[in-house]
Amino acid sequence: MSPESPLVELRGVGARVGSTAILRDIDFVVQPGEAVGLFGANGSGKTTLLRIIATLMRPSAGSGHVLGADLDGADRFDVRPRIGLIGHIPGLYPELTLGENLEFAARIAGIPKTRAGEALSAVGLADAGDRRSDACSHGMQRRAEFAREMMREPDLLLLDEPHTALDKDAIDLVGHLVESIASAGGAVVVVSHDAERVRSIVSRTAKLVSGAFR
Amino acid sequence: MSGFWDQALAVAGRDIHRERRAGEVVWITIPFGAIALLLVPLAVGTDIPLLRRIGPGLFWVVVMLFGVLISVRRTSAETPAQRDVLTLLGVDAGAVFTGRVLSTTAMLLAFEVVIGVVAVLLYDIRLDGWQWLLVLVPLAALGLGLLGSIAGAITTSLEASAALVPLLVAPLAVPLLLAATEGMDVVQTGGSILPWILLMVVVDLALAIAGVLTARPLQETQ
Repeated sequence: MSPESPLVELRGVGARVGSTAILRDIDFVVQPGEAVGLFGANGSGKTTLLRIIATLMRPSAGSGHVLGADLDGADRFDVRPRIGLIGHIPGLYPELTLGENLEFAARIAGIPKTRAGEALSAVGLADAGDRRSDACSHGMQRRAEFAREMMREPDLLLLDEPHTALDKDAIDLVGHLVESIASAGGAVVVVSHDAERVRSIVSRTAKLVSGAFR
Repeated sequence: MSGFWDQALAVAGRDIHRERRAGEVVWITIPFGAIALLLVPLAVGTDIPLLRRIGPGLFWVVVMLFGVLISVRRTSAETPAQRDVLTLLGVDAGAVFTGRVLSTTAMLLAFEVVIGVVAVLLYDIRLDGWQWLLVLVPLAALGLGLLGSIAGAITTSLEASAALVPLLVAPLAVPLLLAATEGMDVVQTGGSILPWILLMVVVDLALAIAGVLTARPLQETQ
């Protein structure tokens, strides 16, 4: 993949669940340094599109490349560590502390353990590292997920409704994270139905209506 | 990126950590297993020779049935969001399977030891040839751990209910149950235990190979 190649390139992508078409004929390109906002009502296919870009779901039609890897090829496994995802439901383990959650992620990803503490400090959770995740507010859990992705430094960051349950400081944090990844030559895709808030942190937007771009 | 075994040990450590905090094996499964062993003497009365004769078999039946529950619990303990995060961390699907088997086997071993002590006390089981238990008990735990982890991955990939796991595991656990009960029997009656140990080793080995080979395809269909 050359430095100028798009980080995400989807051509005619479709997705079905059973007989229901979730996405239809999606063309979507994201260049290095871009932050793109995807808007749409509930059920418009935003999350499905995000999962396809994350290589977590294979399209039922069309083709695509993410970070140079074919969405249908075996090389998609190799690029996964370069993709960050913060979904609208936290992916933390409730019985583990915030610190343990990040240390586990660090160990799997081969990142030094000390980076977990640094990342928690960077999102304002330095004093909450020993607190169990299920004893933390939804907003704190989301901050911990931002910390995890800051620690991982992905080339492509995918955010699903990132502003949910966040206070003002944490909302600023989303902006900083998006900016730092885009300015480093990576890319960010932000999915939301809150167009007003997302417009301030992205370079362009697109709108999904019933599984197709409008 | 971490190596295979580092990832597997991290997954096993995470599961054991979660279980230590949740305490479901210690506070739910072990007491229920002990109660199951207690109910039989209440039902058949204080016929000591009879209890002594059926004790080892009942121990293994309880281990198999409640062991399935432990495997089921491990299966349903992970949410789709947690699986997505783990996948994007670049974890090897085989390492996740291996880690899950290690943690489930460790929990099953703890279960077997406690239930074994309860069985000896309640059924006055003779401990002739007890040293063979050091082989049979870990092999049974490993087999159940492997079975539960494979069944769990299948039900997750099919988006089926975890209630399907016992239906998948119970019939496949029959060779393990047979080898464990017959193995203990021949130790006490005089005979060679080696064929039964060999059966357990072959079953465990076949399950381990099947589990590692199917780990990635099953992960990708989740």
